[in-house]
Formats: sequence, C-alpha cells, structure tokens
Amino acid sequence: MSIFEYNGSALVAMVGKNCFAIASDWRLGVQLQTIATDFQKIYRIHDKLFLGLAGLATDAQTLYQRLVFRHKLYQLREERDMKPETFASLVSAVLYEKRFGPYFTQPVIAGLSDGDKPFICTMDSIGAKELAKDFVVAGTASESLYGACESMFKPDMEPEELFETISQALLSSVDRDCLSGWGGHVYLVTPTEVTERILKGRMD
Amino acid sequence: MESVFGLVGRDFAIVAADTSAVHSILVHKTNEDKIMVLDSHKLLGASGETGDRAQFTEYIQKNVALYQFRNGIPLTTAAAANFTRGELATALRKNPYMVNIILAGYDKVTGPSLYYIDYIASLHKLDKAAFGYGSYFALSMMDRHYCSDMTVEEAIELVDKCIMEIRSRLVIAPPNFLIKIVDKDGAREYAWRESIKDAPVPTA
Repeated sequence: MSIFEYNGSALVAMVGKNCFAIASDWRLGVQLQTIATDFQKIYRIHDKLFLGLAGLATDAQTLYQRLVFRHKLYQLREERDMKPETFASLVSAVLYEKRFGPYFTQPVIAGLSDGDKPFICTMDSIGAKELAKDFVVAGTASESLYGACESMFKPDMEPEELFETISQALLSSVDRDCLSGWGGHVYLVTPTEVTERILKGRMD
Repeated sequence: MESVFGLVGRDFAIVAADTSAVHSILVHKTNEDKIMVLDSHKLLGASGETGDRAQFTEYIQKNVALYQFRNGIPLTTAAAANFTRGELATALRKNPYMVNIILAGYDKVTGPSLYYIDYIASLHKLDKAAFGYGSYFALSMMDRHYCSDMTVEEAIELVDKCIMEIRSRLVIAPPNFLIKIVDKDGAREYAWRESIKDAPVPTA
C-alpha cells in the first residue's frame, strides 16, 4: 500500500459564481482499520482562504502547523491577510524545500482573491501547482472525484446549487473508496459569509 | 504484540495495557508497567519497541515536569499531547521512535480527555482508542458497548469485556493487564487483571 493511502482521504474544491466550496470526508484510518470518524482535513487560514490537506495525516498536521506559522508572521509584517495566489506559492515553496524527503500530502487551496474572484488550486507532494477554473480534487478517492465532478459541474453556479453539486460529487465518490467516507464536511464561502455544513452519507 | 487501549467516561479517563515484556519467543516478565504517570493528572500508555517506549515516555515525563518547574503551572492534556506529537514528528525523519501512545488526562476546566498518537506522529482527540492486535477486539467491543457519560463501574465493566475478548481470541494473548484511571483526584493505578503471577523480585 502506498504511503499516500495509509490514512485515507477525499478532498474537492469547486468554483461557483463569486463563491467557492471546499469539501472533505471525515475518516482517519490506519490502512484497513478506521481510527476516527471526525478527523478534520480542511483548515481555515483566514475567512477568504481555506486549505485542505490530503494524504498522510502526520505530514498534513506538520505542514498545516508550519503554514499557519508562516501566515501569522506574514500577517504581523504586512498587516493584512495573504492572497490565495500568494499562499499557493508559499505552499509550493515549502513543499519543494523537502524535494528529496517530501511531505506525503496533497494540498487543495481555495480562496477569494482580489475583487472576490474565486481561486482554487491543488499541487502534488513536491509543490507542482495545478490551477483550475472549475474544480480540483485530491486524496484516495481522487479518480472517482474527477469523474463525478466532470459530469456534475456547471460553470457559474449560485452558492446553494454549488453546495448541492459538490456534496453529491463527494458522497458518490467516497462510496466507491473504502479508505474515505464516514460523511462529508463542506465549507461554502461567499464574499459576505462562510457556511460550514456536515453531510451524513453512508457510514462505512 | 502489545495491547493498549483507553476510553473517556463521565469525569474520568481510563487507560489499560497488557503487562508482558516479550523478546522474540521469550517472555522476560509479565508485570511490566507500560502506563506512565506523566504528572498528577495525566497518564501515558505506550506500546511498541521496548527501548524506545521506556526512553521516550521518560523523556516526555521529565519535560512535562520541567515545564511545571519553569512556569509554575502544569501543562494541559492537549498541550502535553501536542508536545509529544511534536517530539515524535521531529524524530520521524531522523531516528523514529516506534512507540504508539494513548495519552489521557483530566483538566479542571475541560474535564477528561484522551489523545491517540501513533508512531508516525498522527494526533487525534478521541473518546475511545486502542493499539496493537488487541485493538481489533477492544475497538469492536467499545464500539458496541461504549456510550458517553459512563460511570467508573460501567467503564471498568467494558474494559473487562475487552480484556476477556483479547484473552480468548488473540492467539498469543497477554496473560496480565493493568488498568489506570485519571480523574479530578489524580492519576493512579486502578487494578490488575492477572492470570499468571510473577514471583516477586527482591528490590535492590
């Protein structure tokens, strides 16, 4: 079993009309055994920037702590929050620093950029950025997620429709992956508010 | 293989561990204490490589004490858990400790809590956790019989059910178990569950 599949995860982010949604599953496992069904994988960096970390849980926790540290220092120096594009470059640089001994995580970054324009990107474990206009996926269920998102996605969806789409894409994909699931966790972010919802799916 | 498990009750937490020290096919002793009392209100149950277990848990215990000496107040359970994870994570890519840890504690403000820290430094706060081959039985028994807000009697009954299951279903089952409890009155030994008694060793 690959080191990326040790803990199990499913992450997806989607762009809507002046909004974005980022969703994850809840499972923490050790190979075939489930340890927890409430393991959070999406972290709030600031109100308009969210980071999801798929892959090995220990590296996701270490990487998150390092990135929060860097962002807090940035906030102190610049007296403002980091833009999503800047943060993505920071994550990429932090990952490439460990090129020959990498963190085994795949980040998904989603935020509202200048003018509240939604920004999403993902990268591999050594920081190769993949910018997308529609959706990005990561984790053990990524192949299912690609299929589900490709078929369900429409451009310029309103927040409520975007929430429905991302939820259905997530739940149907994790149901085909034994290493992820136990419900869903969706953040829906518009310029004015952040909505956090918990989905109940197949609890297996 | 060593079994450690723990659960959180109404206003206490319990950690139970087997007490055999095994080297290949030889049982060195059957009354090895694997649950360290970190400070007045914390327990650290550890399983894994014997040397790593003894050295690492003692290192954590002494650092927890140092914090209290330096700052005049004890660490919270969450802080101790995060410190432990940090030490494991730092050592992970240099000289990893092969130790799985269940850290249980009682804080005046937040009550009882239990943290699962595996040997690759994945940290998660849980109500019930288990390590080792015994975890296959202990987790299933706890999934069936655990409820939040258990009294000490109910929790011990559940721990005994888990121990009985491990004893009857694990091919090389450890004969003896030790149960420790932590509540507002502190961390202390609760009971032994012995089926083989070692001859007492005269102390030096």
